[in-house]
Amino acid sequence: MARIDVEDVAHRYDADAAWAVDALTHTFRDGSASAILGPSGCGKTTWLSILSGLLRPTRGRLHIDGREVTALPPRQRKIAQVFQFPVVYDAMTVFENLAFPLRNGGVAKEELKTRVEATAELLGLTASLDRRASGLPADEQQIVSLGRGLVRSDTAAVLLDEPLTVIDPLRRWEIRQKLRRVHQQTNTTLVYVTHDQTEALTFADEVVVMDRGRVMQVGTPRELFEYPQHTFVGHFIGSPGMNFLPCRLAGHELVVEGHRVPIDRAAFGDSGEAELELGIRPEFLELTSDRAEGSVPARIRSVTALGDHHLVTVACGERPLQVRVPEGAPIPTQRGFLRFPPEWIRLYHDGRLLE
Amino acid sequence: MTLCLEGVSRGGVAGVDLELENGSLTVLLGPTGAGKTSLLRLLAGLDKPAAGRVRQDGVDVHRVSPRKRQVGFVHQRFVNYPAKTVYENIAAPLRQTRGLPTSEIDAKVRATAELLRIDGLLGRRPSELSGGQQQRTALARALVREGGLLLLDEPLVNLDYKLREELGAELRAIFARRSATLVFATSDPSEALALGGRTLVLDGGRVLQAGPALDVYRRPDSVRVGELTSVPPMNRLAGRLAAGMLLLGPGSQASRPSHLEALPDGAYHFGVRPHQLRLVPGASGSLKLTAAVELAELSGSETFLHVRPSEAGQTVLVVHQAGTRPRSIGENVDVFIDPRQLHAFDEAGGLVAASEL
Repeated sequence: MARIDVEDVAHRYDADAAWAVDALTHTFRDGSASAILGPSGCGKTTWLSILSGLLRPTRGRLHIDGREVTALPPRQRKIAQVFQFPVVYDAMTVFENLAFPLRNGGVAKEELKTRVEATAELLGLTASLDRRASGLPADEQQIVSLGRGLVRSDTAAVLLDEPLTVIDPLRRWEIRQKLRRVHQQTNTTLVYVTHDQTEALTFADEVVVMDRGRVMQVGTPRELFEYPQHTFVGHFIGSPGMNFLPCRLAGHELVVEGHRVPIDRAAFGDSGEAELELGIRPEFLELTSDRAEGSVPARIRSVTALGDHHLVTVACGERPLQVRVPEGAPIPTQRGFLRFPPEWIRLYHDGRLLE
Repeated sequence: MTLCLEGVSRGGVAGVDLELENGSLTVLLGPTGAGKTSLLRLLAGLDKPAAGRVRQDGVDVHRVSPRKRQVGFVHQRFVNYPAKTVYENIAAPLRQTRGLPTSEIDAKVRATAELLRIDGLLGRRPSELSGGQQQRTALARALVREGGLLLLDEPLVNLDYKLREELGAELRAIFARRSATLVFATSDPSEALALGGRTLVLDGGRVLQAGPALDVYRRPDSVRVGELTSVPPMNRLAGRLAAGMLLLGPGSQASRPSHLEALPDGAYHFGVRPHQLRLVPGASGSLKLTAAVELAELSGSETFLHVRPSEAGQTVLVVHQAGTRPRSIGENVDVFIDPRQLHAFDEAGGLVAASEL
């Protein structure tokens, strides 16, 4: 398995076009499970094509285990790819499908059998080895596609491009578990590209969040959730995303919609910025029916029951905010008060986190 | 309009009885292959039932062509007229109605565009729109005609996650302001809950359960419905009721909770949602299972822990906790279960006693 270093990579499809990706510098560590996360058009697929060798970047360099591969074609990089839709040979059995990349590589018969059987075992395909791939449901075909990526012992990394698009939510859950297990057992370097935060955050140890061709933040799921470096990340990560409210600093407090909210002043240094935004997650806002010191009045606009929690939309001044209330906790009717726990308040200036 | 299916079968649909009241919202919830699209096509009149009857406002519509049935259909893939502006895309169904004054068409197009928040894009063509805006345009075209039947086949499934979340949250309010009879198919349990309305759980071409979304979630008629109505699915525990006790194994027992008092002694399946399992002792009288961690999924805001109980006969459980709680593989944890939160199912998987919590 391998480490991949990306050095100041940029790409545009035409000389006069805008950069599809720009200033990409990142190391995918050997044996890591990473995700590239962002909305449609953010450049994540361009990045993936640059890693696999389908696209040669306009600028910058790429190394696999210290060896420069920027100009190498895909087959010389030993990178396997799993696509949105299963790529299997319908007429072949699952065994033959898994064996295919090995036959291409001229692997001896005995070793081939051992590798195929070990891969099938890992992915729970042993019972299906003699079945024709065309007879399998879409989710199992996708597992076979993954197996084709994992079967070669010299694979440097496996790239997964939105691999669960065609799979139901319930089965996605199962396949994600399978991927995690495979990663824990094989330590293959995996790079998973998706627009779906749940998939990225539960799959990866390290997530690269992109927007408009640039990396906005790299972090563990927890860092992205608790300390979004940018309002875009705050909004994009979390379901629903972070709430934002205009505010200003006044001594040891914030002024939010004309109300004073205490903060941990030391945490924000001496920023001296006037125009600020307060960011707080729906999970951390507290909604009560009684006024308390530092709370802000709010009108209840709607309550949606979502099974294990309620999502409450409140208006603070004219601003809508969302509050996530656990099942069983009381929800005030019509009017309530919002408390902003100081440890969960984040402040942003010009879209960037103040630290 | 009112639509009524009586014992309808064909292809992926087996013996479905269903009544859609005028102006109601029905959500078809089920995995791929459950029969959602087949059922929508039967409702639209695109397919004729092999058995059973479809009545519209009391009249058998067997011979009525779909064009005359006032039916709108929104597909998974956004279908718009590429050469027409957003305005003309939305106006298209109204232009088919002869004699509708231009001023009325204009008022309806603008009001519907505003509802879907695309009123600023009326002069653009579909190719100049984002995926979310294209699907909003397709939805607006389907919603511009008042009344009738509107069928939506997983309309958000091809959207980016964030767009899906945004539009999904608005749809409930948008639907509430329309007079159409709506049927919305989805494979996502949280979408069914967010839309509200009446949920119909489909599996293998059959209706397993029907009722208000939250009722179906809280009171699943069967283990299968419990599994299909949340992600991750309801956990299943094997256990026994004996005299005054509830037992999950030799080392795990508690007093029988009041909602299970009337049940005869014997073996049962018990169902409990992942967020109801705890790793710290909760209410007194909790059941305790010792289990080994197999997998920890961390999303930054939530932790999903997959654990295998040491008691024989139990399968892997998923514990859903708020916050980030890393655990190592193989580590032993104690899982606490409030017996009052357990649904009881018979050995065939049918509900025999629901938890009131």
